[in-house]
Amino acid sequence: MENFTPISALIGGAMIGLSAVLLLWVSGRIAGISGIFHGLLPARSNDFLWRIIFLIGLIIGSQSYWFIPQIHFIPRHNYSILLLVVSGFLVGFGTKISGGCTSGHGVCGIARMSPRSFLATIVFLVFGFITVYLLKHVWKF
Amino acid sequence: MMLYYLIILMCGILFGCGLTISNMVNANKILNFLDITGNWDPSLLFVMLGAVLVTWIGYRYILKSKQPLLTEKFYFSQKKFIDINLIVGSAIFGIGWGLSGYCPGPAITALGLGIMDAFYFAAGMIISLLLFYFIAIVKKDF
Repeated sequence: MENFTPISALIGGAMIGLSAVLLLWVSGRIAGISGIFHGLLPARSNDFLWRIIFLIGLIIGSQSYWFIPQIHFIPRHNYSILLLVVSGFLVGFGTKISGGCTSGHGVCGIARMSPRSFLATIVFLVFGFITVYLLKHVWKF
Repeated sequence: MMLYYLIILMCGILFGCGLTISNMVNANKILNFLDITGNWDPSLLFVMLGAVLVTWIGYRYILKSKQPLLTEKFYFSQKKFIDINLIVGSAIFGIGWGLSGYCPGPAITALGLGIMDAFYFAAGMIISLLLFYFIAIVKKDF
């Protein structure tokens, strides 16, 4: 278990939870990023601006990076661009069909004790495990 | 209205901070979590644990109210039953996730750090968004 960072993980997770709670309390919305993203198009009046603002917030939140040296890392480079685009497409496609992602199903759905979300989370975790196993240990990518 | 959007912005910032502080924006860290037979890093589980705990407690209190503070209703999925879309969609999502170590939240957040990988990933996500938009137009489904 290298690079295990339980404290920052719990703190970061709690912040995510706080965000989800605040969002539901004020707007009645689930803090599922894939859902927020997919709802951008077709654009509906009164249902577009809040999504853009939330996503911009994500990007602003990333700037916390510069204040905390302990979380600094060297971003991966030289990864296959094609694989990244395909990955993005499959994630977008899959989350649209399943109705959620790690935050939508994995956090909010599980917090609501939704059986659908429990299953969705197990399935995407398992397929994530399998994919990385194949990529790293079988095909040695 | 202004207050509403200000709070939405704060939620996004809080969420992005959480993802950044927990290092979820680092795709290699995610891949180390998904690499269960390798040097396994369980940190992501702890992120989810922290998030689910706080959300679970908060949701219990909030859902005692009939409606949210500033909008008319709660927007939950109306689906009650497990269907094939849930399973197949999650599988496809999981595969995509394993191919790069990115999922929607961390990728969009990582754009703010100028990480090129996230831009290419986001491009792929946008392609899927346009695809479904096109399908919706053809089906006149909105």
